[in-house]
Amino acid sequence: MNTATTEATGWHKVLVRHPLFLPVLTLIVLLLVNRAFNAHFFHIENKDGHLFGSLIDILNRASPLALVALGMTPVIATRGVDVSVGAIVAISAATAAVLIGGQMHIVNGVEVYVSNVPLPVAIAGALAVGLLCGLWNGALVAYVGMQPIIATLILMVAGRGIAQLLTAGQIITIYYQPYFFLGAGFLGGLPFALYIVAAVGVVLWFFTQRTALGLFVTAIGINPTASYFAGIKARAIMLCVYGFSGLMAGAAGLIISSNVKSADGNNAGLLMELDAILAVTLGGTSLAGGRFSLVGSLIGALIIQTLTYTTYSIGVPPEANLVVKAVVVFIVCVVQSEPMRKLIIRDPILQGASR
Amino acid sequence: MNAAASDLPHQNTGEAILHMTGIEKRFPGVHALKQVEFRLFPGEIHTLMGQNGAGKSTLIKVLTGVHPADAGQIVFAGNAVKLDSPEAAEAAGIRTVYQEVNLCPNLSVAENIYIGRFPRKAGRIDWPTMHENARTLLATLSLDLDVTRALDAYPIAIQQMVAIARALSVDAKVLILDEPTSSLDEDEVQKLFTLLRQLKARGMAILFVTHFLEQTYAVSDRITVLRNGEREGEYLARDLPRLTLIHKMVGREIDPDQLAKPQWADSKPGDTFINAQSISRRGSMQALDLDIRAGEVLGLGGLLGSGRTETARLLFGVDKCESGDLNVGGQTARFSSPRDAIKAGIGYCPEDRKSEGIIADLSVRENIILALQARQGLFRYLPRKRQEAIANDYIQHLGIKTPHAEQPIGLLSGGNQQKALLARWLATDPKMLILDEPTRGIDMAAKLEIMDQVLALCRKGLAILFISSEMSEVVRVSNRIAVLRDRHKVGELPAGQTNEHAVFHMIAGGEQ
Amino acid sequence: MNKPSLSTRLTDPRTLPLLITLGLFLLMFGYGSVAYRGFFSAQVFCNLFIDNAFLLIVAIGMTFVVISGGIDLSVGGLVAVTTMISATLVQSHHWPIWVVTPLVLLLGALFGAFQGVLIQYFRLQPFIVTLGGLFLTRGLCFLINIESITISDPAYTAVSEFRLHLPYADISANVLIAAVVFVGALWLAHYSEFGRVVYAIGGSERSALLMGLPVARTKVLVYTLSGFCAALGGVTFTFYMLSGYGLHAQGMELDAIAATVIGGTLLTGGVGYVTGTLFGVLILGVIQTLITFDGTLSSWWTRIVIGALLCVFCVLQRLLDSHASKRRTGRAAVGKTVAPAVAAGDATPAEMVAQQH
Repeated sequence: MNTATTEATGWHKVLVRHPLFLPVLTLIVLLLVNRAFNAHFFHIENKDGHLFGSLIDILNRASPLALVALGMTPVIATRGVDVSVGAIVAISAATAAVLIGGQMHIVNGVEVYVSNVPLPVAIAGALAVGLLCGLWNGALVAYVGMQPIIATLILMVAGRGIAQLLTAGQIITIYYQPYFFLGAGFLGGLPFALYIVAAVGVVLWFFTQRTALGLFVTAIGINPTASYFAGIKARAIMLCVYGFSGLMAGAAGLIISSNVKSADGNNAGLLMELDAILAVTLGGTSLAGGRFSLVGSLIGALIIQTLTYTTYSIGVPPEANLVVKAVVVFIVCVVQSEPMRKLIIRDPILQGASR
Repeated sequence: MNAAASDLPHQNTGEAILHMTGIEKRFPGVHALKQVEFRLFPGEIHTLMGQNGAGKSTLIKVLTGVHPADAGQIVFAGNAVKLDSPEAAEAAGIRTVYQEVNLCPNLSVAENIYIGRFPRKAGRIDWPTMHENARTLLATLSLDLDVTRALDAYPIAIQQMVAIARALSVDAKVLILDEPTSSLDEDEVQKLFTLLRQLKARGMAILFVTHFLEQTYAVSDRITVLRNGEREGEYLARDLPRLTLIHKMVGREIDPDQLAKPQWADSKPGDTFINAQSISRRGSMQALDLDIRAGEVLGLGGLLGSGRTETARLLFGVDKCESGDLNVGGQTARFSSPRDAIKAGIGYCPEDRKSEGIIADLSVRENIILALQARQGLFRYLPRKRQEAIANDYIQHLGIKTPHAEQPIGLLSGGNQQKALLARWLATDPKMLILDEPTRGIDMAAKLEIMDQVLALCRKGLAILFISSEMSEVVRVSNRIAVLRDRHKVGELPAGQTNEHAVFHMIAGGEQ
Repeated sequence: MNKPSLSTRLTDPRTLPLLITLGLFLLMFGYGSVAYRGFFSAQVFCNLFIDNAFLLIVAIGMTFVVISGGIDLSVGGLVAVTTMISATLVQSHHWPIWVVTPLVLLLGALFGAFQGVLIQYFRLQPFIVTLGGLFLTRGLCFLINIESITISDPAYTAVSEFRLHLPYADISANVLIAAVVFVGALWLAHYSEFGRVVYAIGGSERSALLMGLPVARTKVLVYTLSGFCAALGGVTFTFYMLSGYGLHAQGMELDAIAATVIGGTLLTGGVGYVTGTLFGVLILGVIQTLITFDGTLSSWWTRIVIGALLCVFCVLQRLLDSHASKRRTGRAAVGKTVAPAVAAGDATPAEMVAQQH
């Protein structure tokens, strides 16, 4: 709900009512919990011009999820959902691995890495496959008229099969040094993956601030029929939104495969769809569509990665991570749910508006 | 305002089966019912009348347990009852048939009648008995249906009757019909009324809610009028002249005669802007000829379901024409989406403002610039300053009452939402506006303001198609009136010959 | 009047997908019989049941959920956690089979009820709640044990090895359990009040509420039933595999949904058949058998073919749906916005009801 209706009564109220207040607070609390268990948690050191430390590590590892969550945000804002992103990550990773493959030759005692196709072609190929998957989803939703959950479920079912088809059922190992830069390289002291996230963030910021995309997506999410009647090219926008989600999943697939130096059709990006949905929800975007927050989704991705880090650092077995996330899903959903909000916030405007 | 109970007219000497007193209901920001009293006698059809927002539907919802009353007493069959849920109302013997058929389209006719209290045999549903019972019950309503077929295989009118059958399948003492006739044609309405009279003769107490004056007088024994959440009075239908009834509903502040007075713009209409030659669409509209000139208001006369909204949807490209020619601004046009129509300079304020018009959680500003921005496209984004200028301009110009342009439009009153929608189209600098029920559900003062706006726009040279179920409003603003019946055009009243009587005459089938 | 002809009945959009499914199954089985030697035998046919009994049980639970207009993505995890709990209790704690089985069934039903309560009383979307449930159950598996636990308990092996000898083929205990579940589900769907209310909710939740039907209770019960079926699927899976493992039944939720949809159940709710789901499961089984018999095709083709079939059936449902609304040219269809495909992600009935009140 838009808070512009309430008079500003002191900066603290404005702060508390800010949509990003809760996500940021959650992140800070999580970071402080980590600090309590690990005195060196905030410590960042410079090794050979590369920055190292827990915070950098969290940022770096959160980047694939951040990308997928950024892609998922507009989808959810249009009342949709994309449950196929995990499968698309696997397909994209498989594509990249197959295209690059790579061998190491020793020429005159020097290691020379050779890829099957030039690196840019492989990257473009993997991204294109992701985009294609997304457009397929978008076409089913926007032009065939399927419910988003169903349309994307199809690719969720078939996607891992396709990924395995590409890798012939094997876990393909990549032997091409330059490719690893994507997921593990450093630039100016920071992990390269962060620059990818930043670039995507800037592009998205441009699109939501300097074009009408944000307005149209929000309008479609709140009232698709009225948006269509107002002349918005709703179908085209939905197609783009799902296409973008696929593209982001493709990019995440690249980073992940570069990070683990292999592509596993069965397990790459496994259950990533839930992580992404969770990140978006944690960031304050409602699953019912409408207003969305890209910064919120980024913070959501960081929260999830920090949570993972926390479960490791407080000594809970890593397998419990899934349980912790599930509990967070339940709590966040219940807190955000309408009956709960009515219970907590006795705000007559909010109550009246929800009628 | 409340007449004392002793003053109320009596027809039956019997006790009222239902007596509601001092009913109070508040919603945030709205005092929907103020000390309302209501009585219902067995063997009587009692019509609840009132303008939109008078509290009719709230009173019905109190009675059906959907929104329990905040205060007040309900005496049913001699006992004080608490109706705090639909189940409680059902259990008491209060049955409701709603405007939109509230049955399950996927279940069979028989199931829709008996679900919740299936006949059983050995712990399982006894289908043969149920089908037999359903056939027998429907036969008493003169209906012969295949009760095993899914409900949605039948037209709405039949579904409506099945809903009544469901209500009657148990020992109902009170039958509430909430605007059941809105989607029925005249023939079907008569069938329904015959049924109601039968039920009345059997001693059923019937509460009937409708907008239609004709229907009110056709079946009612008693009329209760609500206005602004208060009871204006309870009358025997035969003692209440129509004009008085209208006065009671509208209140005394506005002279209904003034509404009836034609106000149409006396400007000289210009060139023909839109010209439709026998456009049609199966199941929607039969060969329709229509032309509207710049600086002219064309009114569409016709009853609900006569094809008014369908006409608007064809002209705006929501539904595609299957045959016929459409000429817009001197060029042949084929609209395959609202976008095409918007590009041709047409704007459309739809009938269902909430679900097809406003985008509730967006601000007034965003709602106003939306169509303009959609036409500009994704990349030519209007700068925020420009948006604010446009929005504030229209807020001032049309007198939209909102604290500021950033208020979510959903929080505005109906009339102000309608003005904002008008602003949305005016911002695109249109050549023609299609206004489908622009005055529905808004108060009288706002209605007049909207109609004045329409006339002002017409004087500025816009072509306007004006649709309203309030015939007086159509007559008031239109230069010419095209009259529809049963999804085709039956005639047109030229400028200077528009009056309500002529429209009704034409609808009724008098050839002219 | 109005007695529809047989052909109208058969091409009714509610029964057509079921017929197509039946035809498809016969076609695939027929193709296999012609193309591969040894395919056409009673044992191959019975093996379809033996190898998919657990899937059938899970899919039947799913069918009720989908008919009610919901979805349950947690079933695969629930199957896995059931195998895990069973195996742990039997192997490490030596609990007897007749204590373990009712216990895990109860746990499954309780978990389903928990999800149902979240969905119904907090008005959450089924897919997000049950996706959370999937995380939780899979996570619980690994909390119990990361490794696979093999069961050597004599009672379990006895049930697992049990074969009922029919004239030309054998069937396992799992098939008998599935058969009981199938008959029970048929009864529940067509002869019980609960079943019909499930259909009613799927058709129009708002109407069901206004008709005074026990909507809240039924919706919670539907997820409870699905949880119970998933746990029973887990029990049969334990008999089938004789082990408990956190990675068991990966993606089974998707198979169950696919079987349900291929069996003619509308994902939008209100229409569906338990019998259809049986054939949906059989089709998935035949695909697997065909690929095994072929020998040159790899296992991942199963997933791709299932995905393709799912897609075809979803598109078919869409087409029939829009055809049906065109056919009803009465006022009913026209007055309503035959909104463009844009309105795809409509609010769920639950939300609509929430807004109305």
